[in-house]
Amino acid sequence: MNAAPNTPAAALSRRTPRRRLSAFLHRHAGVRLSLLLSAPMLWLGIAYLGALAALFAAALWRADTFTGDLIREVTWANFQDLFTTEVYRTIALRSVGVAVAVTLIDLVIAFPMAFAMAKLASPRAQRWLVIAVLTPLWASYLVKAYAWRVMLSSEGVLGWGYGLTATIITLSYLWLPYMILPIYAGLERLPNSLLEAAGDLGARGWRTFRTVVWPLAFPAVVAGSIFTFSLSLGDYIAVKIVGGRSQLIGNVVYDNIGAANNLPFAAAVATVPVVIMLVYLAAVRRTGALENL
Amino acid sequence: MRSAPRLAAVLSTVSALALALAACGSDAGSGPSGAAPAPGQSGFTPPELEALKSLGASEGQVNIVHWAGYAEDGSNDPKVDWVTPFEKASGCQVNSKLAGTSDEMVNLMRTGEYDAVSASGDASLRLIAGGTVAPVNTSLIPNYADVFEGLKNKPWNSVNGVSYGVPHGRGANLLMWRTDVVKPAPDSWSVVFDAASPYKGKITAYDSPIYIADAAVYLMATKPELGIKNPYALDDTQFQAAVDLLKQQRQLVGEYWSDYTKEVQAFKSGDSVAGTTWQVIANVAKGDGATVEVTLPKEGSTGWSDTWMVAAKAKNPNCAYKWLDWIISPKANAQVAEYFGEAPSNAKSCELTADPKHCDTFHATDEDYFSKVWYWTTPIAQCLDGRTDVTCKDYAEWTRAWTEIKG
Repeated sequence: MNAAPNTPAAALSRRTPRRRLSAFLHRHAGVRLSLLLSAPMLWLGIAYLGALAALFAAALWRADTFTGDLIREVTWANFQDLFTTEVYRTIALRSVGVAVAVTLIDLVIAFPMAFAMAKLASPRAQRWLVIAVLTPLWASYLVKAYAWRVMLSSEGVLGWGYGLTATIITLSYLWLPYMILPIYAGLERLPNSLLEAAGDLGARGWRTFRTVVWPLAFPAVVAGSIFTFSLSLGDYIAVKIVGGRSQLIGNVVYDNIGAANNLPFAAAVATVPVVIMLVYLAAVRRTGALENL
Repeated sequence: MRSAPRLAAVLSTVSALALALAACGSDAGSGPSGAAPAPGQSGFTPPELEALKSLGASEGQVNIVHWAGYAEDGSNDPKVDWVTPFEKASGCQVNSKLAGTSDEMVNLMRTGEYDAVSASGDASLRLIAGGTVAPVNTSLIPNYADVFEGLKNKPWNSVNGVSYGVPHGRGANLLMWRTDVVKPAPDSWSVVFDAASPYKGKITAYDSPIYIADAAVYLMATKPELGIKNPYALDDTQFQAAVDLLKQQRQLVGEYWSDYTKEVQAFKSGDSVAGTTWQVIANVAKGDGATVEVTLPKEGSTGWSDTWMVAAKAKNPNCAYKWLDWIISPKANAQVAEYFGEAPSNAKSCELTADPKHCDTFHATDEDYFSKVWYWTTPIAQCLDGRTDVTCKDYAEWTRAWTEIKG
C-alpha cells in the first residue's frame, strides 16, 4: 500500500471488477432494482407467503391419531370437521366478538388521548407522553397479563373474577399503545389551520370532529384497528391466564398442536383467523382507507 | 404507499380463493379423519431401534423433560435437591424442561432436543410407537435390580418383553380443597361433579382431554348401569355420559388448570376452592400459606405410573443413562417420591424416606390399592377392557370432545 502512488485520480481511472460492476448496474436499472429488492422479496415470498402456503397445505393432511405422525394424503376432512362442528363456529364468533370489543374499547380510549397528545400538549409534553405510552411495551407480555390476573382475582384490587370480560379488559390494556400511536401520528399531520377554518366557518366541536377530524384521521384509525383486531384474534395466552374457563380460536390451535398432536387440524383452524383478517382487509380496502395510509 | 391497492387486490383475491376452497371442503370431504385403524396396544410393532450397548464417557450435560417436582435443584426449596448431587457425582449438567401435560411431553420429545423424559402411561406408548424413544438396556442401570418386580415389564413401559424405560414411581390424582371454605371435608368427587355443588364457580379441573377419564371413574361408582369397566375404554354411550357430566361440571368450573403455578395461585387467592390436583401442588400451596388439604376420594381416582425413557436420537445418551440410574437410586427415589407425593419404584427407598411411614401412606407395596387407581393410558379404538363387539373412542375423539366440553 505505501509504495504505490494511490491517488483518487489513479483509482478512478483503473477498471477494477468492482468499478465495472457498478458501471453495469448504473446502465441496467432493472437489474439494479431486482438485486435491491431480492432480499425483501425473498422474505415476503418464502418466509411469509410460503409459510401461509405451507399452513394451508398442512391443513389438507391428517395425523395418525396414536403417534401424531403426519400422513401426507390430501383430504378435506379437517375443514369438514371445522365447518360442521358447532363448537368451532361458536368459538370463532366469540373470538371475533372479543377482537371487535377490544378494538372498540381501544378506539374510544385512544382517540381522545391521541388528540390531546397531538393537538393540546406542548411539544415538550408531547415527547414525554409518547414515551409514557410506549413504556408499557417495555415490560413483558406475561408480566402484564399476570398482573391483571392478580388484580382481577377475587382477593385482588379489582376483584371482578376471571372470564371473557376479564380477557377483553386485559387485551384492551395490552394493545392500547398500538392504537394510540397510529392515531397520534395521523392527527399530528392534520394541520391546525383546518380546525381553525372549521371554527371560523361556525362549526362547533362535534361538527368539526365529524366533518374534519374524523375523515382525515380515519386511515390512521384503520391502521390502529388492524393492529388491535389481528393481535386480539390471535391471542391465546391472555385468555389462558385471565379467561377462566373460556377459550378462543388460538386455544383451539394450541390444544390441537400442544395436546392432540394434530398439526393438520390445527392448521385448518389457523386458516380461520387468516380468512377473517383477509375479509377485514378487503372491507377496509373498500373504504379507501388503505390508499391514504 | 402506492402499491397498497394492488397488494390489497391480491389479498382479496387470495381471500376469495380461500373462501371458495373452504366452501368446497364443507361438502367434498369423504369421512372423518379418525377413520384409519389405530394401532392397538398389543397390535402395534414399534420401529426397530437398538438400545445402548455400553456406557461411554459422560457428555457433560443432559436435557430432560419432566413433571413438576421430578427434578428439584433446590430453587423451589433449598432442602429439596437431588439434581445438584447428581451433577457433582456424574459430571452431567441437568437442563430441565417442565411439561404440564402428557401431550406436551410427547410434543417436546418429538422435537429431538431432549435426551430423557418422565413419561406417564398416556405418553409412553405413543412415544414408543412413534419411534421417539429407544429401548433401554437395563443392565447398564445398576439400580434397576432394586425396582419393585410389580412395576417391571408392564404394558406401559415395555413392548413384547423389551424394556423401554425404568419405572419412576406411581400415585393417584387427588382431590384438593380449601379447609376454611369447603366444610365438611369432602370424601367424594361429587363436590366437583354434582350440579348442586355449593361451590359453583370455584371448582377447578385439569385442562387435558385425559380428564374425561376422571368423569368416567366417577360414573363407574355413581352410574353402574353404564357398565364402565375401564375409564380409558369408553363406547359411544359411556363416552357421551362422561362428556355430559363434564359439560354439567363446566357450569361449576371457575377455571381449568394445566400450569401448576396457576392452580397454586388460584387456591391461595380463593378463586378455586376444590378440584383435582397432585400431592406436590398441595405441598407447594401449603408452603405458600394456603389452607388446603387433599384426599383420595372413595370412588377411586385416575393416577399415573411414570417411566423414565431415553430419546432414540439422544445427543447425550450416557448422561441420560446416568440420570435414569440416579433417579431410581434408593436415596434420590425416596426424595422425589416424598416431595411429589407418590409411591417410590425402588424397594430400598422405603427405608430412606424422611417420614418412615411414607411407603405405607402411599401404598408402595400394596398392589391391591393400585388396582383401584386407573393409570393414565392412551385411549384407542380397540377397547382396552377387552370388549370386541364395540369400538371405543380414541384419543383424537377425546380431544375433540374436550374442546366441545369447554365450549
